Amino acid sequence: MATDMHPQTTPEVGGMGHSVKRKEDPRFIRGKGEYIEDVNLPGQLWLDIVRSPYAHATIKSIDSSEALKVPGVLAVITGKDLEGYKLHWMPTLAGDMQMVLPTDTVMYQSQEVAAVIATDRYAAADGVAAVLVDYEPLPVVVDPFKALESGAPVLRPDRGEDKQTNHIWHWESGDKAAADAALADAEVRIAEDIYIPRIHVASIETCGCVADWDPVRQHLDLHITSQAPHAVRTVIALVAAGAGLPIYEHNIRLKTHDIGGGFGGKVPVYPGYVLAVAASFLIGKPVKWIEDRSENLQADSFARDYHIHAEMGATRDGKITGLKVKTIADHGYSDAAADPSKFPAGLFNVITGSYDFDNAFVEVDGVYTNKPPGGVAYRCSFRVTEAVHAIERMVDILAHEIGKDPAELRMQNFIQPEQFPYTTPTGWEYDSGNYPKALRTAMELIDYDGLRREQAEKRERGELMGIGISSFTEIVGAGPSHSFDILGLKMFDSCEIRVHPTGKVLARLGVQSQGQGHETTFAQIIAEELGFPVSDIKIEEGDTDTAPYGLGTYASRSTPVAGAATAVAARKIRDKARLLAAHLLEASPDDLEWTNGKFSVKGSPDRFKTIQEIAFAAYTNHPPGMEAGLEAVDYYDPPNLTFPFGSYIAVVDIDKGTGEVKVRRFVAVDDCGNIINPMIVDGQIHGGLTMGLAPALYEEITYDELGNNLAGTFMDYLLPTAVETPAWELEKTVTPSPHHPIGAKGVGESATVGAPPAIANAEPRPASSEGRYAASPRRRSTSRRPAAAPSAATGRAARRPSAGRSSASSPTCWIARSCGTWTAGTASSSWSPATRWTAIRPSCTRR
Amino acid sequence: MTTQHITVTVNGEAREADVEPRLLLVHLLRETFGLTGTHVGCDTSNCGACTVHVDGRSAKSCTMLAVQADGAQITTIEGLSSGADLHALQQAFWDQHGLQCGFCTPGMIMQAAWLLEQNPEPSEGEIREGISGNLCRCTGYVNIVKAIQQAAGTLSAAESAPVVAAETTEGVA
Repeated sequence: MATDMHPQTTPEVGGMGHSVKRKEDPRFIRGKGEYIEDVNLPGQLWLDIVRSPYAHATIKSIDSSEALKVPGVLAVITGKDLEGYKLHWMPTLAGDMQMVLPTDTVMYQSQEVAAVIATDRYAAADGVAAVLVDYEPLPVVVDPFKALESGAPVLRPDRGEDKQTNHIWHWESGDKAAADAALADAEVRIAEDIYIPRIHVASIETCGCVADWDPVRQHLDLHITSQAPHAVRTVIALVAAGAGLPIYEHNIRLKTHDIGGGFGGKVPVYPGYVLAVAASFLIGKPVKWIEDRSENLQADSFARDYHIHAEMGATRDGKITGLKVKTIADHGYSDAAADPSKFPAGLFNVITGSYDFDNAFVEVDGVYTNKPPGGVAYRCSFRVTEAVHAIERMVDILAHEIGKDPAELRMQNFIQPEQFPYTTPTGWEYDSGNYPKALRTAMELIDYDGLRREQAEKRERGELMGIGISSFTEIVGAGPSHSFDILGLKMFDSCEIRVHPTGKVLARLGVQSQGQGHETTFAQIIAEELGFPVSDIKIEEGDTDTAPYGLGTYASRSTPVAGAATAVAARKIRDKARLLAAHLLEASPDDLEWTNGKFSVKGSPDRFKTIQEIAFAAYTNHPPGMEAGLEAVDYYDPPNLTFPFGSYIAVVDIDKGTGEVKVRRFVAVDDCGNIINPMIVDGQIHGGLTMGLAPALYEEITYDELGNNLAGTFMDYLLPTAVETPAWELEKTVTPSPHHPIGAKGVGESATVGAPPAIANAEPRPASSEGRYAASPRRRSTSRRPAAAPSAATGRAARRPSAGRSSASSPTCWIARSCGTWTAGTASSSWSPATRWTAIRPSCTRR
Repeated sequence: MTTQHITVTVNGEAREADVEPRLLLVHLLRETFGLTGTHVGCDTSNCGACTVHVDGRSAKSCTMLAVQADGAQITTIEGLSSGADLHALQQAFWDQHGLQCGFCTPGMIMQAAWLLEQNPEPSEGEIREGISGNLCRCTGYVNIVKAIQQAAGTLSAAESAPVVAAETTEGVA
């Protein structure tokens, strides 16, 4: 096992640590990738969707008669049609329900209202334009705080008599009494409201599918943009079973093809997929649905949208003593998060970050509004981005409050290398880390002291320059089956390896690349373990008929979970190869040693068999009593999560005249454990940093008071171009994960998580104490805190609903404290965080 | 629906089609001619995934009608190289890890090709400005810029010489 960045294999083999050029690229650079829109089947029909112009309205009638006269239009499907099959609602991955098509009420602007099936895409669009829908607008609930006020329209009356409220669930973690006491006793106490804006993954490829139901074979082929094809297949089978449809799991084959970016947005099951399947089932022909960008931004799952209030206590000299966090999570009209089922707020309680203190308490309340359902874990291991932003902002605010350099304050409070494994006050066991080294490396690389001098000089001249630090700890690789599942499916993952007689290898995995380079990196793990050159190894994913079952790629889990499965499967093959080699060499297996792709007799290095010779023997000369063949499969259940970390430093210049913020330099020091492919790791960090820059300065989905989406196209939703994006400067430290078979931790999301607070913290600090802390330079005005206390129930604001920990309906967790407790929304109409916010509003105010 | 007969030359090959006047050029290329290397990423001409060359100029084919291309010479990503050969930009994008999911890549390469025709030795700033009409969600642009710099070097060193991979990354595919 490589324990540092020096490769143990030759470049020709291309094992871990080599920057092997990507095996998938030759097709992409020639325009020969096969994305969902490139899939065309004989006799294929097109599906297009009628969408609501209103954020909340009653559907009085839907008139399809004119649409059905449009040449090429074959059918219009409405919610009433689906109701006959019990398909008008479907479960979300979070266990809530969302509409496939409404029968009477639309809940957000651009919600699906009807589906038009036609012979080509243009005819389908004509049909959409000809469907007449008569709406009666209803009061719109946009603000999650107003949604919790008494008298607010109840958006989900379907949830039963005891849940006639817009409060979805309450979740908490940590020790409230201890955190309260720590804050009460603190010499310094700070508080801050932080809004993590609603954003969208906006992968350049939108979502889509081609559903092909064969009524003769009773078989469904579903070509689909999915990051989790196996889980989606199971969900479809369960929904079909609930509807009494003869679509059984062994007769469902999902194929993902190439995916043009996922970032979490292609984890959920969207109504368009279900509509295409339903249409194909009804008509008996292949049906294709490809959403356009506006639909993608306006209707697909959003991310973030967390309204956080944080309080921190510390000693006068800067030692953190306690943290309390209270959060409102706006989920739109349905909780369609893809979080593990015991974690409705994801892994948000990793919020104590990189710092060593004993007392923390975090609570989150999910709320319904008239917005699209969500939220997905956008390049983030389940709300870690929100958690990291909060703790990194609080540490910076504390530094300013006590007049200490933010780097020095971090060094003072870091968990030290010798403290690992480290258990946080919310129960996570961090596997390994060296936080001071990462920050020191970043400071040296960017000349931190020199920058502070420059900043001081510029401030004298009245110029605005900011330096921001973020020292994040991630939590990825969900996850251990005792705590992690989605809809009951445990979050293991898998790899099956077949070695062919000629020494060529086929490996199939339960995860799904969306650009991460799995065809290369997983081949490198096998090359490392077995000595076959990367060029002789083919990786396949995304065909549910052939790949072993797995939960898919999101939350940086591919390398931590499926990468581990790959290494373990390869080691099973090596174990059998040892027996084969012993047979061929007429030696005892114990007398053989493994080096560089061959087994040799100890002390007789010229007596050896290469892995290729052994593979041939597995099919031509295996010993009596041994099964022929050389194959293995592993379903890996990780013993713990992994905890990548890093320190980022941003330097920004602000034009005093225009307010324009320019990121002049950005140094990112990442530690993701052992590295499989340095080139690909750098690429992942480059992309993640850009996705961290985006919400800090450019991207946000906002709504007006009528629920109109104000960022529904790329004209308004501003993805960074090459001009705004700085030339990222990268460095690494390597602290292997002690429990992962190859010591890797995963890297896909670290930069997205770590970058936003570095930019937010780079806001230049004025000399006066007035108005300092925004979530980011551009987010100054985005506080959603209502101006006045709206509820009469002030005194009960902080109280957890009565059906608390002891309730039978409240799942307990197996890792002590780490997953917290949560309760389905009850007694919540009196819950009013806004009033709490007013009461504890700190002295520092925003500009 | 009335149709109009058009003739275009796509990647050196004369093609004809009867098209609705409203048919977008990108749909002519993708669906009528089966050239699916050109992608659609937005509705608003912002992302540039659909970039092709029309009469030698970079154009966003989602914002142009097929009938507007009647008589035009069109080059798509499939026409940039043939067989095992790669255009210097294709090679450079591979060498420099200038792509991840690959969806924006054809448009990005076509835009970069036009950029280098206009400005064979662009500065980093000129490259960034030159591809600012093409969005990439995966790479953070760093390696795209490097790839375009590599290709600029390759092309200016020897316009007609065989393309040689740079020694920036190792291994085989």
